[in-house]
Amino acid sequence: MTEKARIRVAREADIVDARQQGRGLAGRLGFSSCDCVLIATAISELARNIIQYAETGEIVIQAVRRGRARGIEVIASDRGPGIEDLDLAMQDGFSTGGSLGLGLPGARRLMDEFAVSSELRRGTEVSVVKWLKDAPSR
Amino acid sequence: MSAPILSLDGFLVVTIQKNPTDSEIISLHETLLRRVSEVRTDGVLIDLTALEVMDSFCTRMLRAVARTIGLRGAPVVIAGIQPEVAFAMVQLGLTLQGIPTALDLEEGIDLLRRRRRRERGS
Amino acid sequence: MGERDNAKRVGPARDVQRSEVVEALRVAKDTLRRQWVEAMASKGFLADMTEEETETESHVIYNTVLECIETRDYGGVERYAQGVAERSTLRSMTPDQFLGGLLTLRDLYGRHLFTQYRDDDRQLRQALDAYEPVANRILSIVVTAYLGEREQVLSRQQDAIRELSTPVLQLRDGLLILPIIGVLDSARASQLTSGLLRAIRTHRTRVAVLDITGVPTVDSKVANHLLQTTAAAGLMGATVIVTGISPEIAKALVAIGVDLSKIRAVGDLQGGIAEADRLLGYVVQDRREQDPRPAPSDTEKT
Repeated sequence: MTEKARIRVAREADIVDARQQGRGLAGRLGFSSCDCVLIATAISELARNIIQYAETGEIVIQAVRRGRARGIEVIASDRGPGIEDLDLAMQDGFSTGGSLGLGLPGARRLMDEFAVSSELRRGTEVSVVKWLKDAPSR
Repeated sequence: MSAPILSLDGFLVVTIQKNPTDSEIISLHETLLRRVSEVRTDGVLIDLTALEVMDSFCTRMLRAVARTIGLRGAPVVIAGIQPEVAFAMVQLGLTLQGIPTALDLEEGIDLLRRRRRRERGS
Repeated sequence: MGERDNAKRVGPARDVQRSEVVEALRVAKDTLRRQWVEAMASKGFLADMTEEETETESHVIYNTVLECIETRDYGGVERYAQGVAERSTLRSMTPDQFLGGLLTLRDLYGRHLFTQYRDDDRQLRQALDAYEPVANRILSIVVTAYLGEREQVLSRQQDAIRELSTPVLQLRDGLLILPIIGVLDSARASQLTSGLLRAIRTHRTRVAVLDITGVPTVDSKVANHLLQTTAAAGLMGATVIVTGISPEIAKALVAIGVDLSKIRAVGDLQGGIAEADRLLGYVVQDRREQDPRPAPSDTEKT
């Protein structure tokens, strides 16, 4: 049983691959079917971002622990052009009619934790985490 | 692996698979458009019962499909969005912008039939 | 004892290594463990424990702590503490009894090291340096485990309360009523939405009436939750009618800038049900009545 997956994202078929693997891992970790879909959707958006803005990149999906909490972490990284205006990218277009631009605010809404770092001409890394709600041993 | 398009009572029923790639969705759009232009159809039902994840691309495409088919005069109904998918879509802020929706295939066909009856009646 | 005095007089005292401290405590195990059990018994910490349980567990704990001092790996302690906090081990010990027992052991270890090294200040200090941080960390881990478990229980209870307070009532075929009572926070709203969506699938619901008369504060957050719920239900072909938003509240929400146009609001539950019936009854009057979902415009504008 793998608790970590590393997917190279370069073609659009990789988007489906990444989110299938994410969904699988989430299910194995004990996430509800609802949360599994949320996680898979977030992965899909992040993978799509990579292809759209950086052409190639990588997605790492792994189980994480913090103290007694268990969760799933997705790290989407690329060596693309970087995000010019991070504040603008993080603006939640949701209330203004469902803007479907960068998937960053969307991914943030779907997950519990969100962090993005980007450097122009160097690349971008987005990491998101979703925690399991109950203690694993129960 | 393409999505099957069936004819049912004068309507076209498209069954989307559980994890379509972008190109599969695009080619489906083209196929559907062709079918609708070739034969007169009373409406199109897009069945999403099997779809596991709906992301921004998929949503955009569905809206585009509904738009272009609508321009041909055929009503479009989207059916079968699962609770988890609906929840995720709403969290992400994805909408179908006014495309009629139905619980499942059965309800969807029902809806299309009622529309057809109304149109013929008036 | 005499030997040590000689050693002191003869040459410089050697440094005390961690391994030596562990060895000293291991060698004295028989005596110390028994003393520990006796001390716990006299303080009442072993009240409900059987002799067998005490024997077994005292060995386990003694060894686990020693291993900790030796390897500085707290995995074993964490696992044990988790088990105790969840009551899968040491069911007959209350938290304060267990903590009391651990503190007793800590003191015993400490005093033993005092006895061993009291002739040499530096050695004593080194021994305690090797030992004290570990003992304290172990206690910290145990307390954290208890606190964490308490939080989990509370959180589960809150979830249960939320579930109970959001009943889903099937009034008639295709019509669901959800009377919501109490604060509608994000967690509850999520649960509400998921519950509603599943119910829509199960009951083949076409119209759901959400009554929020019992929700104390209706602010922009609550309104947004309702918007989301409405949108999600809509994706499944169901219309949501919200009842219980008074005209005053509606005005206030609009003033803040909440777009209420996407919410179908009716004053009270009665009116909501009437509206729902109207939507469900296939009266050939106007298009909207037969077709509870918004019809697409022929030329779709994005």
